[in-house]
Amino acid sequence: MTTEMLAIVVAGGTIAIGSIGPALGEARTAAAALEAMARQPDLAGTITRTLFVSLAMIESTAIYCLLVSMLLLFKVGPLFEKVAAAAP
Amino acid sequence: MTEFAASTSPVEDVVLFELGPIPVTRIIVVTWGVMLGLILFAAFIRVRLRKKNPGRPQQVTEAMLNWLGDEIRGIIGRDPGPFIPLVASLFIFILASNYVSFILPFLSPFFGELKPPTADIKTTAALAIVVFLAVPFYGIAMTGTLNYLKTYIRPVWIMAPFNIISDLSRTLALAVRLFGNILSGYILFGVIVTLVSPIVLPLLSQALMFLALITGTIQAYIFAVLTIVYIGGAVKVVAKHETEDKTQ
Repeated sequence: MTTEMLAIVVAGGTIAIGSIGPALGEARTAAAALEAMARQPDLAGTITRTLFVSLAMIESTAIYCLLVSMLLLFKVGPLFEKVAAAAP
Repeated sequence: MTEFAASTSPVEDVVLFELGPIPVTRIIVVTWGVMLGLILFAAFIRVRLRKKNPGRPQQVTEAMLNWLGDEIRGIIGRDPGPFIPLVASLFIFILASNYVSFILPFLSPFFGELKPPTADIKTTAALAIVVFLAVPFYGIAMTGTLNYLKTYIRPVWIMAPFNIISDLSRTLALAVRLFGNILSGYILFGVIVTLVSPIVLPLLSQALMFLALITGTIQAYIFAVLTIVYIGGAVKVVAKHETEDKTQ
């Protein structure tokens, strides 16, 4: 297994595991917001605005994972490959 | 469109030509195109500005600005006048950048795939730095230097390092969020275009385009709202402090 293959596997694992938590969290947030809106339809505007902001906050964890996996795929993997090729 | 190879890095970009020592990439050309288009649109609106019988572009622009003003008033609780220029510029620029690959498909033969400028980390980092600098600017301009610096030792002085770290990390998150969301939509589009057989492609690409449009709109909205929230944190909290001081 070359380092580039390892980088690809780790990148896939990163995004796969890293998206579980935000998915669960966003689902809970959306469910709670819907419930709150059903109870108090007058506050729907405020709740929606807060919902979007908090969804963005929760989502950033998954985005970090995406960033890490992309770095592994396109920056770190080829870099290791280059280092391995340069080594005697 | 079929030239979207999965092996080419989506983080780097094609260099079109060199302007002296500066390599001009495709992203720069598209960004300046978006800016030019927005400036021309603004000039068009300004020339045709009238009170009686406003045209449709003016009505749409006024509705958007009114809506943003209501959002600002709802979050900060102040007159939205001073904040409108920054927030509306950010919102409209990001919206136009996210839409650029969909509203201008006829330019594709000249530039290849029109990648949205916000799918590049440099663009979003620049936008996030603008927000990072705007927060102390508004804080100092509206409440004074001392009151702004006092927000860093709130609620107790021991929180000062954490407040500074949070300032930096939220700037990073702001940049990476927009970049990651737009780029992931773009990559998804490219991957599915490469994988799926050409027969079902038109239908699927329409559906994906719709998804990307929704993502682009929501991300532009989130960027604007987070800007308002961060500026409001520098402006509103101090105002509350002042009223507390007065009551004592």
